Amino acid sequence: MILDYSLVTIVQIVQQSALLSPEFGSRLQFGWTITVHIVFAALSIGLAPFIIYFTWKDVRTDDRRYTHLREFWTKVFAVGFVMGTVTGIPMSFQFGTNFPVFAEAAGEMIGGPLAFEAKMAFFLEAVFLGVLLFGRERVSDRTYVLSSVLTGAGAWLSGFWILVVNAWMQTPQGFELVERNGMEVAQLTDPVAAFFTPRMPWMYVHMINASVISVTLLVAGISAYFVWRKRDSEAWNTALRAAVVLLLVTAPFQAIHGDAYGRHIADTQEQKFAAMEAHYETGQADLHLIAVPRSLDAMTDPRTDNLFTISLPALGSFLASGGDFDAEITGLHEYDENPPVAVVFWSFRAMVGLGFLFIGLALWGGNLMRKGQLRERTRYLQAMMLASPLGFVALLTGWYVTEIGRQPWVIQDVLRTNDAVSTTLTASEVTGTLVAFVLLYLALVTAFGFTLKWLMEDELERMGVRDEGDRSRPQLPWVNGDD
Amino acid sequence: MTSPLFVPVDAYLVPSLPTVWFGVILFALAMYVALDGMDFGIGMLYATRDERDRETLLAAFGPIWDANEVWLVAFGTTLLAAFPAVYSRLLSEQYLLAILVVMSLLVRGVAPELREQRENAEWHELCDRLFVVGSTVTPLLLGTLVGSWIFGTAAISLPSLLTGVGVVALCLTSGAAFVAAKTSGSLADDMVRYGTASTVAYLGGVVVLLGVVYWLGPSDVRTLLLTAPAAAVVLASVGVGVGGLVAARRGRHRLWFGTTFVLSFLLVGLVAVLLYPTIYPASGLTIDAAVVSPLALNLTTVFGLPVLVLVLWYFKFLYGTFAGPVDGEGYTN
Repeated sequence: MILDYSLVTIVQIVQQSALLSPEFGSRLQFGWTITVHIVFAALSIGLAPFIIYFTWKDVRTDDRRYTHLREFWTKVFAVGFVMGTVTGIPMSFQFGTNFPVFAEAAGEMIGGPLAFEAKMAFFLEAVFLGVLLFGRERVSDRTYVLSSVLTGAGAWLSGFWILVVNAWMQTPQGFELVERNGMEVAQLTDPVAAFFTPRMPWMYVHMINASVISVTLLVAGISAYFVWRKRDSEAWNTALRAAVVLLLVTAPFQAIHGDAYGRHIADTQEQKFAAMEAHYETGQADLHLIAVPRSLDAMTDPRTDNLFTISLPALGSFLASGGDFDAEITGLHEYDENPPVAVVFWSFRAMVGLGFLFIGLALWGGNLMRKGQLRERTRYLQAMMLASPLGFVALLTGWYVTEIGRQPWVIQDVLRTNDAVSTTLTASEVTGTLVAFVLLYLALVTAFGFTLKWLMEDELERMGVRDEGDRSRPQLPWVNGDD
Repeated sequence: MTSPLFVPVDAYLVPSLPTVWFGVILFALAMYVALDGMDFGIGMLYATRDERDRETLLAAFGPIWDANEVWLVAFGTTLLAAFPAVYSRLLSEQYLLAILVVMSLLVRGVAPELREQRENAEWHELCDRLFVVGSTVTPLLLGTLVGSWIFGTAAISLPSLLTGVGVVALCLTSGAAFVAAKTSGSLADDMVRYGTASTVAYLGGVVVLLGVVYWLGPSDVRTLLLTAPAAAVVLASVGVGVGGLVAARRGRHRLWFGTTFVLSFLLVGLVAVLLYPTIYPASGLTIDAAVVSPLALNLTTVFGLPVLVLVLWYFKFLYGTFAGPVDGEGYTN
């Protein structure tokens, strides 16, 4: 009896302390799967211009350099595409498994774009990737180049349709709420309004550019590594130069566009804007250029008193309103429920900070290129190697601002996340599957990391700079520089 | 309100449009069963092959399987677009099964791609194991999910599990037929042997399944099973299956592969017959009750159907580009 009782108690304690609520567990699960998926989706989008450029140059000039770059990056693209596919399928399932109320209520609004995504974009990418990978000897040069363009177009179109859906969730319009099968669902009334929401162009430009920047940094970092190992590698010098040139265009553009995008958010999602600046009291808003937490509390609950900030007074109001220093910005105190402010606030700072770092790296590289010193300047090569994953960090933190900043709404002002979750889902189910997803996706990320490592090792071997016998030679510069 | 796109708002383009889309989603499902089913079959057959043959099998489906897999996404998203209530209820009520499906699909999807990235026997062995397990478990779970959908049962029931087993046998048949059509010699001969066994298992399985459903099922399922369309689909399956075996014995491997394609479509045809006019038996939801509003479905029709035709053209191009025999080095001519 006593044993029985204590077992029940233990089970209860474990359940209460270790199991997540269906809502929070589902949010974590979706957040985690999208965190991994978005990296691979961005990899496809961002690599597309490189693949097209290298393929086109290869076919046109028959220069070994480009053949080589095409082959290397197409392999990365292929592995990334498979990873993107397998990590993306669970996400579309999760609409049904974890958020069925959302799927049923918004199905009419989001189903069309998602079906277009599959039929128009995903097939295009998958079919012509097959040709790109295996068809060099089997189709004409022209068809081959076209296949690279269509594969890339598939990736970009995919992003378009996904963002049509997401933008609608941020700024929903073009529908009315009606009763169907015992629940309130959104019925399409104006397709043009629903597909081309105010947020859509902002999101698309920002996201595509972010993907290109992320991949450009990856390409730059890997190229810099090979150049650092073998300075006269023409192929990798070419790739490095191409990446620096692309970064010079895309990084400054993102800052300009991001500023205007921020103003748009202030117009359309005041609460999110307030969370981005941790702006609690309605009134004039300052702009915090730099914020450093004074304590652990300030980390988890950022408020101006707890932060060491370098701020420009009233500039928040100025930027949000497009020119009025006295503009009143609604503070977070006005709302019953707020998003996790700390996550949004710090993610936003990380994204913006990294964005400026990328501009700096681009200008530094551009200057070195002008002086013809790109390949010699070891510091720069090492900086680019270190920066190679940072684009993805900026992309993810940006995505967190967008998605977490919208909470508690899954569809802004229409459906709360809490109401969108499955009513049949249990805490143990959601916790168990979350653990499984975390482990599985970590294994995938690790496998991808190793794939990249093996590809790079093969490349070193081909370049004749890999010394199998000498284990003491450092493989990566940040372990032990050897210049 | 008038739609800016001149698509009628208050009525379907044609009155039967919801039924047409019921057909379209089942078409996407059939394409998935036929095409990715063959990839699953190749994955299972992998277990029976040595290293050299495995390279050949990989080469045979390497260029096409990414595209084949997309039919599942096409099926899912089209179901969401046309019948969101079915999509959300099916997946949320079969939560664990649905999550297991995507996880096994994931493992099976990355295994052959990762295998290629490294020349190392142990690594190949690990990836191969994952590939075989994933290729067997995924169709089993997917079949079980579809079984529980059409028979309105819990995830684990005799009819749903038997559906899963039947789908596994069918995948094995189409995989064997595809490999036989792409190769020659002892490899092709072996495929005919495996294909024969799996065809017999499949046809026997369908008969047993329907027997079980008839025996266990409520009276309306019984009447349904005895109707002409259901009987016709079953008889046609037996006829096509046996025809395929005859073609296989005579060395007409491409024709054999063609019959496995038809078998997949007949299986999904059986799904259609058993469902119609309901679409979600567990809650008695009919096609007309579950479908989206006229404007949404009209738009999906106007924009979606032409794209579907384009997709079929892509597949013709892709399969045309990679037609012909294959060996361990890849496509040989």
